[in-house]
Amino acid sequence: MLEIKNLHVKLEEEDKVILKGVNLTVEAGKVHAIMGPNGSGKSTLSYVLAGRDGYEVTEGSATLDGEELLEMEPEVRAAAGLFLAFQYPVEIPGVGNMTFMRTALNAQRKVRGEEEMSAGDFLKLVREKAKALKIDADMMKRPVNVGFSGGEKKRNEILQMAVLEPRMCILDETDSGLDVDALKLVSEGVNALRDAGRGFLVITHYQRLLDHIQPDVVHIMANGRIVKTGGPELALEVEKNGYADILAAEEA
Amino acid sequence: MAEALPKDDLLAARIAGLSFPNEGWQAPARFDALARLTAMGLPGRRDEYWRYTDPASFNRAEPFPAPTFDDDGEGMVFEGIDRLRLVFVDGVFDAEASDPLALDHVEIGLLSAAQSDIHWARELYGVLEARGQVPVKRPFAALNTAFATEGVLIRVTGYVPRPIALIYIHSSDTSDAMLHHCIRVESGADVTILESGPAAARFTKVMEVDVAEGGRFHHIRAQGRDHDRRASTHIFARVAGKGLFKSFTLTANGVMTRNEAVIELVGDEAVAHVAGAAMGDGRFHHDDTVFVTHEGECCESRQVFKKVLKNGATGVFQGKILVKPGAQKTDGYQISQSLLLDGDSVFLAKPELEIYADDVKCSHGSTSGAIDETALFYLRSRGVPLKAAQSLLVLAFLAEAIQEIENEEIAEDIRQRLENWLARHEH
Ligand SMILES: Nc1ncnc2c1ncn2[C@@H]1O[C@H](COP(=O)(O)OP(=O)(O)OP(=O)(O)O)[C@@H](O)[C@H]1O
Ligand SMILES: [Mg+2]
Repeated sequence: MLEIKNLHVKLEEEDKVILKGVNLTVEAGKVHAIMGPNGSGKSTLSYVLAGRDGYEVTEGSATLDGEELLEMEPEVRAAAGLFLAFQYPVEIPGVGNMTFMRTALNAQRKVRGEEEMSAGDFLKLVREKAKALKIDADMMKRPVNVGFSGGEKKRNEILQMAVLEPRMCILDETDSGLDVDALKLVSEGVNALRDAGRGFLVITHYQRLLDHIQPDVVHIMANGRIVKTGGPELALEVEKNGYADILAAEEA
Repeated sequence: MAEALPKDDLLAARIAGLSFPNEGWQAPARFDALARLTAMGLPGRRDEYWRYTDPASFNRAEPFPAPTFDDDGEGMVFEGIDRLRLVFVDGVFDAEASDPLALDHVEIGLLSAAQSDIHWARELYGVLEARGQVPVKRPFAALNTAFATEGVLIRVTGYVPRPIALIYIHSSDTSDAMLHHCIRVESGADVTILESGPAAARFTKVMEVDVAEGGRFHHIRAQGRDHDRRASTHIFARVAGKGLFKSFTLTANGVMTRNEAVIELVGDEAVAHVAGAAMGDGRFHHDDTVFVTHEGECCESRQVFKKVLKNGATGVFQGKILVKPGAQKTDGYQISQSLLLDGDSVFLAKPELEIYADDVKCSHGSTSGAIDETALFYLRSRGVPLKAAQSLLVLAFLAEAIQEIENEEIAEDIRQRLENWLARHEH
């Protein structure tokens, strides 16, 4: 489904190289996790896939169902089914949460040649999804993420994902800042979306998220590369011993 | 060229072609205004409040011509709102096109109507304008009081649910209109005044608003889309205890607009909110010059001015809050912001606070910036197309000003106009 090949990325404004040949394939129906030290390039990878400005791809490719992602505008990627839950969700004063989500959903439907969803149907849909994530109606009326707590922002990301039903979901540290109960709710939200046609790329620092969202594959990213790939046991190893052993083995 | 003449000759040339209506109850006020004007002369670039805006096109005897405008099917603003319609064409009242001047709890008449020596508006006409000449000179307001050819005199005595709409049609390329309105909101009364349209090639307007104890005045205007129109407008307001004054202005296009608002909160617990949203693309100069004086205790004032500028447009904001001695517990707020859609546009702001009481809360801020790229990316990453995302963010930028419109139906109309403007002015 998502296929990243030998991806090299540098900053547009500086001569700083961040990704140095990333190779990664996420198959439909699978959950892949990426772990790795701070600054290793995990968020950069997610941003480059989502189409944020400021990065320059110097080599390699990334495709979604065979289509070259890196050539598309961000909104086209979204309509194609790509979704990024941001590590730092953005506050947008003056834009209502509901307006935002409805505009996004209808824009995507339009691209896919589907009919617009009416305000009534949309309200019903959002209410149902919000309830499952224990997001209260009041939050929906407020401007996007403005005045939301850290955990509320993360839940709002998952709500958007639940509403938009993307086929390829990238979650960047969605667990950080969540309390134990919220972590469970968010994981349930993710698990509810797991199906044979959908892929997940879950970036996290902690095993505890992976207790709830069982990954099929775990990757370790360091210094702009995937340095090790394994099963769920790899995450347990990191939890126990940190990255030192893995990185040392890689150096050798 | 007239502009090169000494000041007195400039003034002489400016008024040479105007007729001076000196009959009935208005005569004393008009003579006084002419005397004020003669004493102060017309403004020049060296005057403190004309540094950012060139008064030359208002000083000229003849207006620069402005072709009338084809709105390309957008239709007139407020058309869907149930309102009492008063139509002025190039500054001339059009009785045929207007509704009968009758509305419950409202006494309404024309400035040009037959003159007797007694009229309630005698207490108002030129009175607030004269008060507003200190400490900042406003020559075009005095010119207007002296020479205005038409206007409405509205006295409101109760709650009036139906807005009174002043509709200004521009039909001649060289029209030079001068209107002067007086509005008295009696104790406990409540009225909404709408103004719309370009009015003329050059429009000079004064509106004097006197809000008595507990009265409520709402004002929403949309200044026509004609690109070459010029306008110099003034609102002078005096708000008594527990009174409310609210004014919102939408300006989309117009080569030259100067909107002055001079508001005095004279009684305790009075409230005044003035707001504006201005949209300029290319040849556009828009100036909001606002002066709010707090005299009563526990009064609240808000100035919220937002400008969206592109392609070399210029925005000006000169806003002042003056808190007089004894105006304790004043709550004053002022914000002026511009959103520059490209690198060519200019925003000039002069926020001022002058405070002579110790127990007050006053804040002011002025910013100028581009669209937030992070927010733009966030919206797009959810599937919102670039143009739609930009529109959402521009409307979000304007939201604080639009919020000042209490009537949701009217606010929605304004919002729609803004969206249309953005759609027409996409890069
Ligand atoms: N726009 C930028 N300007 C400067 N440096 C950048 C920029 N974007 C990324 N970097 C740098 O690139 C490196 C990788 O950053 P990235 O955010 O991708 O790391 P990460 O793996 O997500 O880390 P964390 O676990 O702390 O979230 C870091 O050294 C970071 O400082
Ligand atoms: Mg990160």
